[in-house]
Amino acid sequence: MSALDDNAKEIAEDTGGEGDATSSPEINTKKQDNRSAGPVILFFIIGLFASLSLGWIIFPKLLYSKKKQPIDFNHVLHMAEVEDGCESCHFFRADGTYSGVPKLDQCIECHEEILGDTPDEIKFFEEYVSKGREVPWLIYSRQPDCVFFSHAAHVKAAGMDCVTCHGHIGESESLKVYEENRITGYSRDIWGESIAGFKKNTWDRMKMDDCAECHRMTFNIEKTEVKTPTKRLIDHLIDVVSPGTSTSEKGSSVQTERDACFVCHK
Amino acid sequence: MKIGRRSFLSFLMGGAAGTALSPLPWKLMDDSAIWTQMWPWTPVPEDGEASYVNSSCTLCPGGCGITVRKINDRAVKIEGMKGHPVNNGGLCILGLSGLQLLYGPTRVKTPLKRVGKRGQGRWEKISWKDAVSEIAETLGDLREKGQSHTVGLISGSDRGTVPRLFERFLTVYGSPNFIRTPSIIDSYELTLHLMQGVQALPGFDFENANFILSFGSGILDGWGSPVRMFKANSVWRDTGAKVIQIEPRLSNTAAKSDKWIPINPGTEAALALGIAHVIISESLYDYNFINNYSSGFDDWKRFVLDNYGPDSVATITGIDDRTIIVLARSFARASKPLAICGRGQGITPGSLDECAAVHALNALVGNVNKHGGICAVTEPDYINWPEAEMDAKASAGMQKDRLDDAGSKKFPFSRYLLNRIPEAINSEKKYPLNTLFVAGDNPLYTMSDSKAVKKAFDKIPFVISFSSYMDETAQNADLILPNHVYLERYEDIPTPAGMPRPVIGLSRPVVKPQYNTQHTGDVIIRLAKALGETLSDAFAWDSYDACLKETLGYKWRVMVEKGFWSYPGFVAQPREESFDTVSGKFEFVRKGTGSLKPFKPVKIEGDKTNYPLILMPYDSLRLANGVIGDPPFVMKSVDDTVLKGTDVFIEINPKTAGEQGLREGQLAMLSTPVGKAKVKVHLFDGIMPGIVALPRGLGHTAYDEYLAGKGINFNELIGPVDDPVSGLDAAWGIRVKLAKA
Repeated sequence: MSALDDNAKEIAEDTGGEGDATSSPEINTKKQDNRSAGPVILFFIIGLFASLSLGWIIFPKLLYSKKKQPIDFNHVLHMAEVEDGCESCHFFRADGTYSGVPKLDQCIECHEEILGDTPDEIKFFEEYVSKGREVPWLIYSRQPDCVFFSHAAHVKAAGMDCVTCHGHIGESESLKVYEENRITGYSRDIWGESIAGFKKNTWDRMKMDDCAECHRMTFNIEKTEVKTPTKRLIDHLIDVVSPGTSTSEKGSSVQTERDACFVCHK
Repeated sequence: MKIGRRSFLSFLMGGAAGTALSPLPWKLMDDSAIWTQMWPWTPVPEDGEASYVNSSCTLCPGGCGITVRKINDRAVKIEGMKGHPVNNGGLCILGLSGLQLLYGPTRVKTPLKRVGKRGQGRWEKISWKDAVSEIAETLGDLREKGQSHTVGLISGSDRGTVPRLFERFLTVYGSPNFIRTPSIIDSYELTLHLMQGVQALPGFDFENANFILSFGSGILDGWGSPVRMFKANSVWRDTGAKVIQIEPRLSNTAAKSDKWIPINPGTEAALALGIAHVIISESLYDYNFINNYSSGFDDWKRFVLDNYGPDSVATITGIDDRTIIVLARSFARASKPLAICGRGQGITPGSLDECAAVHALNALVGNVNKHGGICAVTEPDYINWPEAEMDAKASAGMQKDRLDDAGSKKFPFSRYLLNRIPEAINSEKKYPLNTLFVAGDNPLYTMSDSKAVKKAFDKIPFVISFSSYMDETAQNADLILPNHVYLERYEDIPTPAGMPRPVIGLSRPVVKPQYNTQHTGDVIIRLAKALGETLSDAFAWDSYDACLKETLGYKWRVMVEKGFWSYPGFVAQPREESFDTVSGKFEFVRKGTGSLKPFKPVKIEGDKTNYPLILMPYDSLRLANGVIGDPPFVMKSVDDTVLKGTDVFIEINPKTAGEQGLREGQLAMLSTPVGKAKVKVHLFDGIMPGIVALPRGLGHTAYDEYLAGKGINFNELIGPVDDPVSGLDAAWGIRVKLAKA
């Protein structure tokens, strides 16, 4: 209580200092409110809106630099020419690793000579094929090195579609602008187009939570209640009698059937 | 409207609220977290297609096959090659770290010419063309002046195409001074030459032996072909073979053996003869071999029986006579016994008497050229170049005596005596060396008595190093012509030390040359062409690769595919044909070497009163001590009882340390007749009293910050002791004084 009293005294002295002769602190406060409410609220609102527009509109523009892909690749055109869909160019190697974005050697299999007369084709041939230089593609889905992601586990073992994570890129006629995060160096597609982090489709974002979302859904492991010894015994018995039927002990990884940091993080 | 402090504060509060409601802080937090994982110096492995290249490791004479994993154009991992006759999938710690030698900071990136004083480290870049023409000019002048014999070459090996190209070059140029780096192989070659009349390498059928009597050989410390020895050791564990380790210090090998017998250092030859005494007197020897395939046994028998009774040997060696008798019996009674020698990794050739005495033990039990025994492996004759024509200048030069006295009246049997070179140069008794090439060796580090070696080097006006790395010799050279690293070049790797069958490995480019280096083979060919005359005729090849391909002929394709060429049908010659001596038999008495004189131990430097203790080196797989220095990965594996910070530890028995008033971890000053060094003390029960042990492989002044300036180079503390018969370095230790520092 005494601390509060001291505080009140201080305020009184403070206001006194400004030249008001009133001795009652209550009346004093009222008077002041009346006098400065307008500008105070106004400035609060100005500050609020300025920072909101900074955070929502200007910041995203500053954060991302826009880069054009070296060649404007037409997926539709290529999909019509190839037989195996996405896997014709984005395939699994013999050792199970995923090839990702094709290397020049692959392109040359068809583009040994100029095919067609579009400016991009001519540029591709002159700049890269004839000089033997790799095309420096900007990869929208590139993840940090500490993230271990196996295409084989998701596509082969879990049977997922390319579209689930990559969207309908295979149906695009031209490549969109690559927006690079100036701080991290990664594409905007990882955080998602929406700066607030909202998403409509599974492929709108590629952050850890988006992986977890699917992993959690698939194996319904949201209920992580502590097991009673009886429950544990029953689960164990089920596992012994008929292995693989009980999902209670399994993690969300198809490969390791475990949930742990090391499943994804090296 | 008055804009006061309140309005401003209110503006800030609004701003704070707005910021909190905007994604800015949250997104920035997330991004900065990711940013911290993306420091530019954080190494990120390349992503891409994996491929494998089969090649051969050349970091030691072990000749292991390697499979290098690559991602795109980057080599990312070296593994042992499965199915390789030497190492079958295994690899040692140095071999595994080879990538640090390829991509590490110690490489010489372009030809360099010295501008400052020697060893000052001031260089200027020079083009290959200028470098070659500068050497050609110097060599041409010397040859014109009739001084071609004053050009010398130190080579890590004398087998395989590159050393043979060097030899050919010197021959046609006119210099007898081709010198190979010495090792225990020299003593073995000489022993096989004197006792079996052959010019061959020793081959040991370890995998099939079942009683291994090792006179100090570091079977698990890098002796012979290290990975093969590890694998053989595993086989012995499975088959129940026995390993007896005889040495004064409990090395890794001794610790893993079935029995460790500590012996007075330097008396191994006496023990071998003592064992022979028991075998002969108890008639445990192989009658068939002795009667049908040996000569001079009776003389040798008398010599052994007269001088080496277990009692007298017990006095010399410090091993109980009972132990000697039991050891001799179990050796002779084993179905496949095998005795080997060469202390530690076999870096020092050692005494010829000792090697011959150990070899005689093998003959006594009849395991020469036998399953599970020792055989003479003649080098496969795949290098068949047309005879090179020598002009008068070359002949005159070649008729000059060698600078090291090898093959002279004094040392008629030896081929190369590198240990005698510094003395020959410093004493100025013979002739000076005007130009010295160094390839595949780092003599300023690896040769004993560093001070004398340095002094001799300073007297050579022109030193040319072919080293890929800035090692001690390169640092003190006038010109460095960097060779491709083994992962960037083709080269044949001849039969590794100790293999019982010939195997030619192929080292092949795993990656493109990373810097402006050139294959040493190519440089020799270019140099010969630049010198013209008979030299360019003798080197008609367009390039080294063309030479190698032509030399290997039909083997080439198989070697490219498999990584090696083996002779699966190879069998050691039958005994009737395997001895090429005068008698056609195994000679127990080595002619012309005074081998029947009673044993005199190799006298080490220093007197007992001033230097009461004995200093011995020890070898470890974690410390590369030859031409290659430890890469950082291997340095990391060195124990902190061996090296702590920059201080090296000596191993000393607690009893001896007590007498000297030394405690664990204390600093001490070590002085030998050759040099002084500050060391730390590590008390070790596994070393005989009176002996101090220091590891080889430390004390580099060159290479990178991970290696340079750490510990002491053992070679600074010891000098060579010439073996009276072979002239090879027989020093196994040196007398030493220890005092509190």
